[in-house]
Amino acid sequence: MKRELFSFTGGIRFDDYHKRESTRQAVVAAPLPARLVLPLHQHIGEGGEALVQPGDKVLKGQPIARAVSYVSAPLHAPTSGTVVKVGDEKVPHPSGLSAPCIVIEPDGEDTWAPRQSHARDYAEMNPSALRNLIREAGIVGLGGAGFPSYVKLNPGHNPVETLILNGAECEPFITCDDMLMRQRADEIVKGSLIIRHALGARQTLIAIEDNKPEAIAAMRGAVQRLAPEHTEVVSVPTLYPAGGEKQLIYTLTGKEVPSDGLPVHIGVVCQNVATTGAIFRAVYHGEPLLSRWLTVTGGVAEPRNLEVLLGTPVDELIRFCGGKPERCRRIIMGGPMMGFALHAHDLPVIKTTNCILVDDGRQPDLAGRQYAMPCIRCGACADACPVRLLPQQLYWYAQAGEFDRCQEYHLFDCIECGCCDYVCPAHLPLVQYYRYAKGEIWKRERERQQAELARERHEFRLFRLEREKKERAAKRQQKKAALAKETSAQGDAQAKQAAIQAALERVKAKKARQTRENTPPEQGDS
Amino acid sequence: MSLYTPSSPHMHADTSIAQVMSKVLLALLPGIAAYVWLFGWGIVVQLSFATLLALGAEALMLRLRRRPLLPFLTDGSAIVTAWLLCLSIPPIAPWWITAIGVLFAIVLAKHLYGGLGYNPFNPAMVGYAALLISFPAEMTAWQAPQPLDLAQAASLIFLAPPREVLDAVTSATPMDFLRTQLGLDKTVDEVIAHSPLFGYLAGKTQEILNLMFLLGGLWLIKQRIIGWQIPVAMLASLAIMAAVFHLYDPERFASPAFHLASGAVMLGAFFIATDPVSASTTPRGRLIYGAGIGILVYVIRTWGGYPDGVAFAVLLLNICAPTIDYYTKPRVFGHGDKD
Repeated sequence: MKRELFSFTGGIRFDDYHKRESTRQAVVAAPLPARLVLPLHQHIGEGGEALVQPGDKVLKGQPIARAVSYVSAPLHAPTSGTVVKVGDEKVPHPSGLSAPCIVIEPDGEDTWAPRQSHARDYAEMNPSALRNLIREAGIVGLGGAGFPSYVKLNPGHNPVETLILNGAECEPFITCDDMLMRQRADEIVKGSLIIRHALGARQTLIAIEDNKPEAIAAMRGAVQRLAPEHTEVVSVPTLYPAGGEKQLIYTLTGKEVPSDGLPVHIGVVCQNVATTGAIFRAVYHGEPLLSRWLTVTGGVAEPRNLEVLLGTPVDELIRFCGGKPERCRRIIMGGPMMGFALHAHDLPVIKTTNCILVDDGRQPDLAGRQYAMPCIRCGACADACPVRLLPQQLYWYAQAGEFDRCQEYHLFDCIECGCCDYVCPAHLPLVQYYRYAKGEIWKRERERQQAELARERHEFRLFRLEREKKERAAKRQQKKAALAKETSAQGDAQAKQAAIQAALERVKAKKARQTRENTPPEQGDS
Repeated sequence: MSLYTPSSPHMHADTSIAQVMSKVLLALLPGIAAYVWLFGWGIVVQLSFATLLALGAEALMLRLRRRPLLPFLTDGSAIVTAWLLCLSIPPIAPWWITAIGVLFAIVLAKHLYGGLGYNPFNPAMVGYAALLISFPAEMTAWQAPQPLDLAQAASLIFLAPPREVLDAVTSATPMDFLRTQLGLDKTVDEVIAHSPLFGYLAGKTQEILNLMFLLGGLWLIKQRIIGWQIPVAMLASLAIMAAVFHLYDPERFASPAFHLASGAVMLGAFFIATDPVSASTTPRGRLIYGAGIGILVYVIRTWGGYPDGVAFAVLLLNICAPTIDYYTKPRVFGHGDKD
């Protein structure tokens, strides 16, 4: 029986996906570089906290940074060596800024720290322990977003019906998931069983775009061998962005993830195939996430996929594939639609790096943006939008600075897939406008919150001052009253005494008068 | 060497406004060829003259507005405006009619509103409406169907021929003729059957022109230059209006086929109403917008004071487009039915 699929609106069918170039050669390990630079923050959420100091010797797989909060991930030494620096280095980020990193000089021995396999007993482990194992292995989404995987494996109270393995790999040029599925199908399927156990999901759907027949065949073979029940490899139409999480879920289930919700709220959890492979290695071999497969393609002599240690500088990979880093016009980390252009040649590979796309000025499909004309409202963008937004309106309001309107037109539902930008005949940098508008809105929101906080503080201060004033006044009043009472008490005593004195005086005087009257006059009228 | 670090996406489709406009011009060619076949070279003279004038006016306005000349002069939008205007006015209209129309469209309706992308009204139709209101005699003196050679056409257009010469080569349009005859209490069938002006469905020349513009328009839809919604909604609503009244009284109201094959319907449906800048852009909005035009075309043709209603119908719906768009926002993914 053929599974019913649903088609999301919009999307792009590219003329040339440029996938053949990099799938001709076998995947090999990239040479060990002289220096590995490991940013503490290479995932969504909070960056890790360094556990090592310069001079420390580390073993392969030894934790070198720990997760600091729920949405965070630890980091491990990709090979044995010496920590030479813990501090700011240039990192691969669209901002081009520097961030805290751990720098390791490999010793070439590649000596492993002790590992523990749970190949036999993971089925007896409870989901929480399993999640912890995956968390400690530092595994984050390897498809590009980099969300800590164990968080997704915690469905809370939501029952999970379906686990979707995302092998769509819908962006042009990228082929690392394709190659992984061809060559390590068994590991991915075993990994899916681990995840399904952690989630208690009923079925697994492995979605692969139909332009990857070899991967589909390999995965079907592995499913047949290892998990013939409740697991199905589904060939989905090649249509960018079919691998977008919400788009893929819709394609397979016909259900839309609510705008303000998560896939798990409709009973679905999505994991990338490479992430699933990493989970397999963590559970079966006790290997944390130390390396990944990635595609080096575009303007290099030998486009191919490599197994690369995290922290390896990009220029060494380009050189290894026969490219000349100094001749690059642009180096894109990620795909041509959603990747970002690097600010330096020697930035390190991180957990989310799935592709190094080299533009040496001779790639016709990476020609660069032409002169931007005014929007003619042709609506090609709206036809291409997989979220059914009106990109022409969002652009209009973003450039006019009317951010309330942007939100009214659901700017934050934009997934920045770039479809609108790709088809725009006016060559407008639409996605850049949306990022700018989102940034401005966040900034305003923060400012508003800060202003709110400041207002509350100020009001509380006024209230406190008022209260203190009142308290002081009350105290003063009290004191005064007390003082007044005291003085009046003293006064009473004096008055009494005075009265007594006066009375005594009066008595004395009276006595004296009486004595004088009673005494016969010494001389008198007798 | 410092690296180029633009924002994503890094890949772009091979498309441009110039490409879009050239395809529109290309799609007009079958209709223009039919013009030449039916009426001779007048239309070619007009198109060439109007193109030069439009580019000149565009360049002047760009200079005044301090905009770069090259990208805007080569975007093709001024030429499209000029051509649509020429195809709406009589092919042997005097040169100053064309000139006033083009200048009105480019200078006033386009650049004074902010140039490409900012005009709320279809520039060609603003030019046409201005001409029709200001010079009704010249604008309704349609050329009789006889092919003129280049010299004849040019002299008619540029040399202000005497009235008798002009009268010899002009005639009422079939729709005008039908309207006046209906006013004389004749039935539709009588009029159409007894006049050499009419062919199978409508005016002999008009049905051919409309067919050619229909073909060009269908090609534009196939090329994804225009959406199907506006033309389909406009033609459907016009046909439904015509059908209702035709069924009610076939003697006084012409058939849907007559209306679809008459006047500027196909040119309007596929080339004028679909001008993206001034039309609705949401899918549902385009249906409403197109339907509104179709209904107004019928109303103006049947009861209004002008022979054809496409220009006024389009301009009236241009006014409504922003409001229509506001109330027809598509349901965003993941937002339920209410919003």
